[in-house]
Amino acid sequence: MRAFFDMGGYAAFVWPAYAVTFAVIGLNIVSARRALARAREEARRRLQMQGETR
Amino acid sequence: MTWTWFHRLASPPHVYALAARLTPWFAWPAALCIAAGLWGGLVLAPPDYQQGDGFRILYVHAPSAWMSLMVYMTMAIAAAIGLIWRMKVAHAVAASCAPIGASFTFAALVTGALWGEPMWGTYWEWDPRLTSELVLLFLYLGYMGLRAGIEDPQRADRASAVLAIVGVVNVPIIHYSVTWWNSLHQAPSVMRLAKPAMPFAMVAPLLLMLLGFTLLFVALLLTRLRSEVLARERSASWIREVVSA
Repeated sequence: MRAFFDMGGYAAFVWPAYAVTFAVIGLNIVSARRALARAREEARRRLQMQGETR
Repeated sequence: MTWTWFHRLASPPHVYALAARLTPWFAWPAALCIAAGLWGGLVLAPPDYQQGDGFRILYVHAPSAWMSLMVYMTMAIAAAIGLIWRMKVAHAVAASCAPIGASFTFAALVTGALWGEPMWGTYWEWDPRLTSELVLLFLYLGYMGLRAGIEDPQRADRASAVLAIVGVVNVPIIHYSVTWWNSLHQAPSVMRLAKPAMPFAMVAPLLLMLLGFTLLFVALLLTRLRSEVLARERSASWIREVVSA
Protein backbone atom coordinates (compact mmCIF):
# COMPACT_ATOMS: atom_id res chain seq x y z
CA MET A 1 0.00 0.00 0.00
CA ARG A 2 2.85 2.38 0.94
CA ALA A 3 4.49 1.53 -2.40
CA PHE A 4 1.27 2.34 -4.25
CA PHE A 5 1.02 5.81 -2.72
CA ASP A 6 4.72 6.40 -3.25
CA MET A 7 4.34 5.81 -7.02
CA GLY A 8 7.99 4.79 -7.34
CA GLY A 9 9.12 8.21 -6.08
CA TYR A 10 6.86 10.13 -8.50
CA ALA A 11 4.05 10.69 -5.96
CA ALA A 12 4.56 14.47 -5.98
CA PHE A 13 3.76 14.54 -9.72
CA VAL A 14 1.34 11.65 -10.28
CA TRP A 15 -1.16 12.46 -7.54
CA PRO A 16 -1.48 16.19 -8.24
CA ALA A 17 -2.02 15.36 -11.94
CA TYR A 18 -4.88 13.00 -11.03
CA ALA A 19 -6.26 15.49 -8.49
CA VAL A 20 -6.36 18.34 -11.03
CA THR A 21 -8.00 16.19 -13.69
CA PHE A 22 -10.69 14.88 -11.35
CA ALA A 23 -11.28 18.35 -9.95
CA VAL A 24 -11.90 19.51 -13.54
CA ILE A 25 -14.31 16.60 -14.09
CA GLY A 26 -16.15 17.34 -10.83
CA LEU A 27 -16.41 21.07 -11.54
CA ASN A 28 -17.71 20.32 -15.03
CA ILE A 29 -20.49 18.12 -13.64
CA VAL A 30 -21.45 20.63 -10.95
CA SER A 31 -21.38 23.68 -13.23
CA ALA A 32 -23.33 21.97 -16.05
CA ARG A 33 -26.08 20.97 -13.60
CA ARG A 34 -26.09 24.42 -11.99
CA ALA A 35 -26.35 26.13 -15.38
CA LEU A 36 -29.37 23.97 -16.22
CA ALA A 37 -31.06 24.70 -12.88
CA ARG A 38 -30.41 28.42 -13.38
CA ALA A 39 -31.76 28.40 -16.95
CA ARG A 40 -34.92 26.62 -15.79
CA GLU A 41 -35.37 29.12 -12.96
CA GLU A 42 -34.93 32.07 -15.34
CA ALA A 43 -37.36 30.57 -17.85
CA ARG A 44 -39.91 30.09 -15.08
CA ARG A 45 -39.50 33.71 -13.98
CA ARG A 46 -39.88 34.97 -17.57
CA LEU A 47 -43.10 33.00 -17.97
CA GLN A 48 -44.46 34.40 -14.71
CA MET A 49 -43.72 37.97 -15.75
CA GLN A 50 -45.44 37.41 -19.09
CA GLY A 51 -48.44 36.00 -17.29
CA GLU A 52 -48.66 39.09 -15.10
CA THR A 53 -48.47 41.61 -17.94
CA ARG A 54 -50.99 39.80 -20.07
CA MET B 1 -33.81 10.70 -48.67
CA THR B 2 -36.00 12.48 -46.16
CA TRP B 3 -34.72 15.37 -44.11
CA THR B 4 -37.19 15.01 -41.25
CA TRP B 5 -34.45 13.97 -38.81
CA PHE B 6 -32.53 17.14 -39.64
CA HIS B 7 -35.59 19.32 -39.09
CA ARG B 8 -36.33 17.54 -35.83
CA LEU B 9 -32.76 18.24 -34.69
CA ALA B 10 -33.41 21.91 -35.41
CA SER B 11 -36.52 21.94 -33.23
CA PRO B 12 -35.71 23.17 -29.69
CA PRO B 13 -38.44 21.24 -27.78
CA HIS B 14 -37.43 18.01 -29.50
CA VAL B 15 -33.73 18.62 -28.78
CA TYR B 16 -34.45 19.52 -25.15
CA ALA B 17 -36.44 16.33 -24.53
CA LEU B 18 -33.99 14.15 -26.45
CA ALA B 19 -30.99 15.59 -24.55
CA ALA B 20 -32.70 14.94 -21.21
CA ARG B 21 -33.52 11.36 -22.18
CA LEU B 22 -30.03 10.56 -23.54
CA THR B 23 -27.88 12.07 -20.76
CA PRO B 24 -27.89 9.07 -18.34
CA TRP B 25 -27.06 6.71 -21.24
CA PHE B 26 -23.76 8.54 -21.61
CA ALA B 27 -23.10 9.56 -18.00
CA TRP B 28 -23.20 6.09 -16.42
CA PRO B 29 -21.09 4.30 -19.05
CA ALA B 30 -18.64 7.22 -18.74
CA ALA B 31 -18.37 6.65 -14.98
CA LEU B 32 -17.84 2.91 -15.52
CA CYS B 33 -15.14 3.38 -18.18
CA ILE B 34 -13.28 5.98 -16.12
CA ALA B 35 -13.43 3.82 -12.96
CA ALA B 36 -12.14 0.78 -14.87
CA GLY B 37 -9.49 2.92 -16.58
CA LEU B 38 -8.33 4.25 -13.21
CA TRP B 39 -8.00 0.77 -11.76
CA GLY B 40 -6.15 -0.45 -14.85
CA GLY B 41 -3.92 2.60 -15.10
CA LEU B 42 -2.96 2.99 -11.47
CA VAL B 43 -2.92 -0.67 -10.36
CA LEU B 44 -2.81 -3.20 -13.18
CA ALA B 45 -0.53 -1.54 -15.75
CA PRO B 46 3.17 -2.34 -15.22
CA PRO B 47 5.58 0.56 -14.57
CA ASP B 48 7.31 1.91 -17.67
CA TYR B 49 10.87 0.64 -18.17
CA GLN B 50 12.22 4.19 -18.49
CA GLN B 51 9.77 6.40 -16.61
CA GLY B 52 8.77 4.00 -13.81
CA ASP B 53 5.44 4.91 -12.24
CA GLY B 54 5.75 8.50 -13.48
CA PHE B 55 4.29 7.45 -16.84
CA ARG B 56 0.90 6.90 -15.13
CA ILE B 57 0.22 10.61 -15.63
CA LEU B 58 -0.47 9.49 -19.22
CA TYR B 59 -3.89 8.16 -18.17
CA VAL B 60 -5.17 11.60 -17.24
CA HIS B 61 -2.97 13.71 -19.53
CA ALA B 62 -3.74 12.05 -22.88
CA PRO B 63 -7.55 11.93 -22.39
CA SER B 64 -7.54 15.61 -21.31
CA ALA B 65 -5.48 16.56 -24.36
CA TRP B 66 -7.78 14.48 -26.60
CA MET B 67 -10.78 16.29 -25.12
CA SER B 68 -9.20 19.70 -25.73
CA LEU B 69 -8.97 18.97 -29.48
CA MET B 70 -12.12 16.87 -29.96
CA VAL B 71 -14.31 19.40 -28.14
CA TYR B 72 -12.81 22.20 -30.23
CA MET B 73 -13.61 20.37 -33.47
CA THR B 74 -17.17 19.71 -32.26
CA MET B 75 -17.53 23.38 -31.37
CA ALA B 76 -16.20 24.59 -34.73
CA ILE B 77 -18.34 22.17 -36.76
CA ALA B 78 -21.47 23.12 -34.78
CA ALA B 79 -20.63 26.81 -35.23
CA ALA B 80 -20.23 26.30 -38.99
CA ILE B 81 -23.56 24.47 -39.22
CA GLY B 82 -25.14 27.30 -37.22
CA LEU B 83 -23.74 29.92 -39.58
CA ILE B 84 -24.57 28.10 -42.81
CA TRP B 85 -28.07 26.85 -42.02
CA ARG B 86 -28.92 29.56 -39.46
CA MET B 87 -29.67 26.83 -36.98
CA LYS B 88 -30.16 28.07 -33.41
CA VAL B 89 -29.64 24.63 -31.89
CA ALA B 90 -26.24 24.29 -33.60
CA HIS B 91 -25.12 27.61 -32.10
CA ALA B 92 -26.35 26.34 -28.73
CA VAL B 93 -24.16 23.23 -29.15
CA ALA B 94 -21.13 25.38 -29.96
CA ALA B 95 -21.72 27.62 -26.95
CA SER B 96 -22.08 24.55 -24.71
CA CYS B 97 -18.73 23.14 -25.84
CA ALA B 98 -16.55 26.11 -24.89
CA PRO B 99 -16.40 25.85 -21.07
CA ILE B 100 -15.96 22.07 -21.26
CA GLY B 101 -13.13 22.38 -23.79
CA ALA B 102 -11.42 25.19 -21.92
CA SER B 103 -11.39 23.26 -18.64
CA PHE B 104 -9.90 20.12 -20.18
CA THR B 105 -7.30 22.16 -22.07
CA PHE B 106 -6.32 23.56 -18.68
CA ALA B 107 -6.13 20.00 -17.28
CA ALA B 108 -3.97 18.90 -20.23
CA LEU B 109 -1.55 21.79 -19.67
CA VAL B 110 -1.27 21.24 -15.90
CA THR B 111 -0.89 17.45 -16.10
CA GLY B 112 1.64 17.97 -18.91
CA ALA B 113 3.65 20.35 -16.73
CA LEU B 114 3.56 17.83 -13.86
CA TRP B 115 4.87 15.19 -16.26
CA GLY B 116 7.46 17.49 -17.79
CA GLU B 117 9.20 18.40 -14.55
CA PRO B 118 10.40 14.88 -13.58
CA MET B 119 10.99 13.69 -17.17
CA TRP B 120 12.35 16.76 -18.98
CA GLY B 121 13.51 18.74 -15.96
CA THR B 122 11.10 21.63 -16.57
CA TYR B 123 7.42 22.41 -15.97
CA TRP B 124 7.23 24.62 -19.03
CA GLU B 125 9.13 25.22 -22.23
CA TRP B 126 8.12 27.39 -25.19
CA ASP B 127 7.99 24.25 -27.27
CA PRO B 128 5.73 23.98 -30.37
CA ARG B 129 3.32 21.43 -28.83
CA LEU B 130 3.06 23.24 -25.50
CA THR B 131 2.74 26.68 -27.04
CA SER B 132 0.05 25.66 -29.54
CA GLU B 133 -1.93 23.96 -26.75
CA LEU B 134 -1.72 27.19 -24.72
CA VAL B 135 -3.00 29.08 -27.79
CA LEU B 136 -5.94 26.64 -27.81
CA LEU B 137 -6.77 27.63 -24.22
CA PHE B 138 -6.71 31.30 -25.25
CA LEU B 139 -8.98 30.51 -28.23
CA TYR B 140 -11.54 28.95 -25.90
CA LEU B 141 -11.29 31.86 -23.46
CA GLY B 142 -11.51 34.38 -26.32
CA TYR B 143 -14.60 32.60 -27.64
CA MET B 144 -16.26 32.71 -24.21
CA GLY B 145 -15.24 36.33 -23.66
CA LEU B 146 -16.61 37.35 -27.05
CA ARG B 147 -19.94 35.63 -26.32
CA ALA B 148 -20.15 37.26 -22.90
CA GLY B 149 -19.33 40.67 -24.40
CA ILE B 150 -22.15 40.76 -26.97
CA GLU B 151 -25.60 41.23 -25.54
CA ASP B 152 -27.72 40.30 -28.55
CA PRO B 153 -27.66 36.46 -28.56
CA GLN B 154 -27.93 36.17 -32.35
CA ARG B 155 -24.99 38.51 -32.94
CA ALA B 156 -23.03 36.71 -30.20
CA ASP B 157 -23.73 33.39 -31.95
CA ARG B 158 -22.55 34.66 -35.32
CA ALA B 159 -19.45 36.53 -34.15
CA SER B 160 -18.26 33.72 -31.88
CA ALA B 161 -18.90 31.18 -34.65
CA VAL B 162 -16.50 33.03 -36.94
CA LEU B 163 -13.83 33.02 -34.22
CA ALA B 164 -14.35 29.28 -33.59
CA ILE B 165 -14.02 28.48 -37.31
CA VAL B 166 -10.90 30.61 -37.81
CA GLY B 167 -9.32 28.97 -34.75
CA VAL B 168 -9.52 25.54 -36.40
CA VAL B 169 -6.17 26.38 -38.05
CA ASN B 170 -4.58 25.70 -34.68
CA VAL B 171 -5.88 22.11 -34.41
CA PRO B 172 -3.62 20.46 -37.03
CA ILE B 173 -0.74 22.60 -35.75
CA ILE B 174 -1.17 21.06 -32.28
CA HIS B 175 -1.62 17.55 -33.62
CA TYR B 176 1.34 17.57 -36.01
CA SER B 177 3.62 19.85 -33.96
CA VAL B 178 5.57 16.87 -32.65
CA THR B 179 6.32 15.61 -36.14
CA TRP B 180 6.81 18.96 -37.93
CA TRP B 181 9.20 20.40 -35.39
CA ASN B 182 11.85 18.97 -33.15
CA SER B 183 9.71 19.01 -30.00
CA LEU B 184 10.44 18.00 -26.44
CA HIS B 185 7.07 16.29 -26.47
CA GLN B 186 7.12 12.65 -27.50
CA ALA B 187 5.49 11.49 -30.74
CA PRO B 188 2.09 9.76 -30.57
CA SER B 189 2.36 6.18 -29.36
CA VAL B 190 -1.30 5.12 -29.49
CA MET B 191 -3.15 7.31 -31.97
CA ARG B 192 -1.12 6.34 -35.00
CA LEU B 193 -1.72 4.15 -37.99
CA ALA B 194 0.77 1.47 -37.00
CA LYS B 195 0.28 -0.82 -34.02
CA PRO B 196 0.38 1.02 -30.65
CA ALA B 197 3.90 1.17 -29.23
CA MET B 198 2.77 -0.11 -25.82
CA PRO B 199 1.86 -3.50 -24.37
CA PHE B 200 -1.83 -4.35 -23.94
CA ALA B 201 -1.90 -3.86 -20.14
CA MET B 202 -0.73 -0.27 -20.72
CA VAL B 203 -2.91 0.50 -23.75
CA ALA B 204 -6.21 -0.93 -22.48
CA PRO B 205 -6.61 1.49 -19.52
CA LEU B 206 -5.75 4.39 -21.82
CA LEU B 207 -8.41 3.36 -24.34
CA LEU B 208 -10.93 3.03 -21.49
CA MET B 209 -10.07 6.51 -20.24
CA LEU B 210 -10.30 7.98 -23.76
CA LEU B 211 -13.72 6.37 -24.23
CA GLY B 212 -14.85 7.39 -20.74
CA PHE B 213 -13.84 11.03 -21.21
CA THR B 214 -15.58 11.13 -24.61
CA LEU B 215 -18.81 9.74 -23.13
CA LEU B 216 -18.52 12.21 -20.27
CA PHE B 217 -18.19 15.02 -22.81
CA VAL B 218 -21.43 13.96 -24.49
CA ALA B 219 -23.27 13.85 -21.14
CA LEU B 220 -21.91 17.29 -20.16
CA LEU B 221 -22.70 18.70 -23.60
CA LEU B 222 -26.30 17.41 -23.48
CA THR B 223 -26.82 18.98 -20.04
CA ARG B 224 -25.34 22.34 -21.07
CA LEU B 225 -27.22 22.22 -24.37
CA ARG B 226 -30.52 22.10 -22.49
CA SER B 227 -29.69 25.30 -20.60
CA GLU B 228 -28.51 27.02 -23.81
CA VAL B 229 -31.72 26.00 -25.64
CA LEU B 230 -33.86 27.29 -22.75
CA ALA B 231 -32.00 30.60 -22.69
CA ARG B 232 -32.49 31.09 -26.45
CA GLU B 233 -36.24 30.45 -26.39
CA ARG B 234 -38.00 33.50 -25.11
CA SER B 235 -41.69 32.75 -25.04
CA ALA B 236 -42.34 29.39 -26.60
CA SER B 237 -45.24 27.47 -25.07
CA TRP B 238 -43.22 24.25 -24.74
CA ILE B 239 -41.06 25.90 -22.09
CA ARG B 240 -44.12 26.14 -19.83
CA GLU B 241 -44.45 22.36 -19.83
CA VAL B 242 -40.74 21.82 -19.29
CA VAL B 243 -40.18 24.16 -16.35
CA SER B 244 -43.39 23.42 -14.49
CA ALA B 245 -42.68 19.68 -14.53
